[in-house]
Amino acid sequence: MSTPQNSRVQARPRVPAPSFARSVWLVATREIIARLRSKAFLISTGLLLLISIGSVVAGGIASQNQSLPRVAVVGSATQIIERTEAFRIVEADDVAAAEKLVRAGDVSAAVVPATGEADPLGVRIIALDSPPLDVLGTLSVSPAVSLLDPAPQSGGLVYLVSLGFGLVFFMSAITFGSTIAQSVVEEKQTRVVEILMTTIPVRALLGGKVVGNSIMAFGQIVAIGALVSIGMAITGQSGLLGTVGPSIVWFAVFFAFGFVMLAALFAATASMVSRQEDVGSATSPVLFLVMIPYFLVIFFNDNAAVLAVMSYIPFSAPVGMPMRIFLDTALWWEPLLSLAILLVSTVVVILLGSRIYSNSLLRMGARVTFRQALRG
Amino acid sequence: MLEIRNVNKHYGTRQVLNGVSFGVESGRLTGFVGANGAGKTTTMRIILGVLSADSGTVLQDGVPLTSDDRRRFGYMPEERGLYPKMKVGEHLVYLARLHGLSPASARRNTAELLDRLGLGERAGDLVQSLSLGNQQRAQIAAALVHDPEFLVLDEPFSGLDPIAVEVVMSVLSGFAAQGAPVLFSSHQLDIVERLCDDVVIIADGQIRANGPREQLREQHSSPRFELRTAVDAEWIRSVPGISVLDLSDGVAVFEAATDAASQAVLRQALDRAPVTSFSQQRPSLAAIFKEVVQ
Repeated sequence: MSTPQNSRVQARPRVPAPSFARSVWLVATREIIARLRSKAFLISTGLLLLISIGSVVAGGIASQNQSLPRVAVVGSATQIIERTEAFRIVEADDVAAAEKLVRAGDVSAAVVPATGEADPLGVRIIALDSPPLDVLGTLSVSPAVSLLDPAPQSGGLVYLVSLGFGLVFFMSAITFGSTIAQSVVEEKQTRVVEILMTTIPVRALLGGKVVGNSIMAFGQIVAIGALVSIGMAITGQSGLLGTVGPSIVWFAVFFAFGFVMLAALFAATASMVSRQEDVGSATSPVLFLVMIPYFLVIFFNDNAAVLAVMSYIPFSAPVGMPMRIFLDTALWWEPLLSLAILLVSTVVVILLGSRIYSNSLLRMGARVTFRQALRG
Repeated sequence: MLEIRNVNKHYGTRQVLNGVSFGVESGRLTGFVGANGAGKTTTMRIILGVLSADSGTVLQDGVPLTSDDRRRFGYMPEERGLYPKMKVGEHLVYLARLHGLSPASARRNTAELLDRLGLGERAGDLVQSLSLGNQQRAQIAAALVHDPEFLVLDEPFSGLDPIAVEVVMSVLSGFAAQGAPVLFSSHQLDIVERLCDDVVIIADGQIRANGPREQLREQHSSPRFELRTAVDAEWIRSVPGISVLDLSDGVAVFEAATDAASQAVLRQALDRAPVTSFSQQRPSLAAIFKEVVQ
């Protein structure tokens, strides 16, 4: 038995060590497969996709059924109301019947022939508890209005879009950030990390984790973006798609780099503790950084100054800059400059993060302090 | 041949390794013995490059180790661990591929090794579903799966049942027989005694004894002899230069002041009655360990 073994040793060629990129890719693939096999991940992704497609479909149904206000009419008032084409008409036999419909809430108002000669319009409006502004507005004469600085988007839409960007960024960053943090601590807690460290460079290990989880996060964002776009096209909201589309694309680009930065931060801070129970407290500073842009964009989506600042700070740029593109307040070079700032800070964070990561991995037990982690 | 030369390491103000030097010969099993905290794990981590030494070098065939060389090492850390939610076979293939093996040879090595370790049927099971002993075997497989050129194992026998100990011993011997140097640490001195060609003893960060096992026993043997003969051996007490330590029936344990004195005892014994055994008592590894560590 020893003879074939010996010959095998002599014949054994030296296996070349895999390149850095190859090591990163092997680690990333393992991360992705581990994610895809996790039931929790599949369920939460499914839910997120369902919610986004659901909100688009709901929006489509609501816009199609945007029914004209129902108005009851009596006698000669019919012709006047028909001419406006702004109401759905319910004919009533007499004023009493019209009043009954108003009281029952079947119609928002009733238009009946005026009783007095003094009325120039020849009609009188009956409503329940307050003057019906939509009916009055249609039947009134208004002076011409010139807008000096027309808002490109309506307030409600701005709010919805800002909520959408903020929420998607927040949710993805938290989901995948905490996934990355947990997988770092899992390796530390199960001690598999020492074998990994003797096999590949620590930077390749960190790189693989960041790349793998970023691909998953980015894939989720792209899936949501595609679903929302297709949903809008199918439900006949392509007009809306035209206005939101470019900012969605920019959002995806900013998100890709912004997430890499966050992922490195999550990995570095998580590497300083040794138990899953401590992950929450260790990564809370990073969580805070993710929550700030989310709340800022929701509360200040109509404040140009706040949005302008947000769009240049690396942590909030993935939400701030697409918002400004949507609002059409960003010059053409602004997203590029902001992206450059984001790229530089991502590189700095990765360098710093990999230092913390390498210095903390073998320190088990008590939490590693920032000073220890940076000095090594 | 791997050589550790004058390695020093401190944590904070504590000096954990102090001028550590020893060699690990190719094709031989070297046992690394020391109490807890003596510096075994630190030394092994420095060999593997997980820790860096304050000073000193690790050489392979006279050349300082590079990280590429280290990738061809196999390592079983004292702190065991594999991904609990990966399948055993997949896990080993993953590690082999991180070492640079092609997917095909990674799978082939994994299958071979699992069979040799008696885990062939468990390849598709999750690591966390294995019993502790089987996890330990999987851990040893993880150190071997890429056909390493040098093997470092930190306490490979702790936590193994007697059958698994035999399996692992045969795997390690087979590995050394292929011409690779093997270094392993152990608390179980009896295993080291049975298995190792060379022994390194460390205490308080210093190498206290180092060399081939038999040579160490030779060096540390006392002028103590045991004689077994058919008749009562009371007469030994009267032989000059002999002090008797123990005497019962035909068995005598004595110390001889000179070689001539011990030979004189043997000659007289043969004259009186048949001698069944006459031997110089060699200390066990445990005894040597106690002696050099103090």
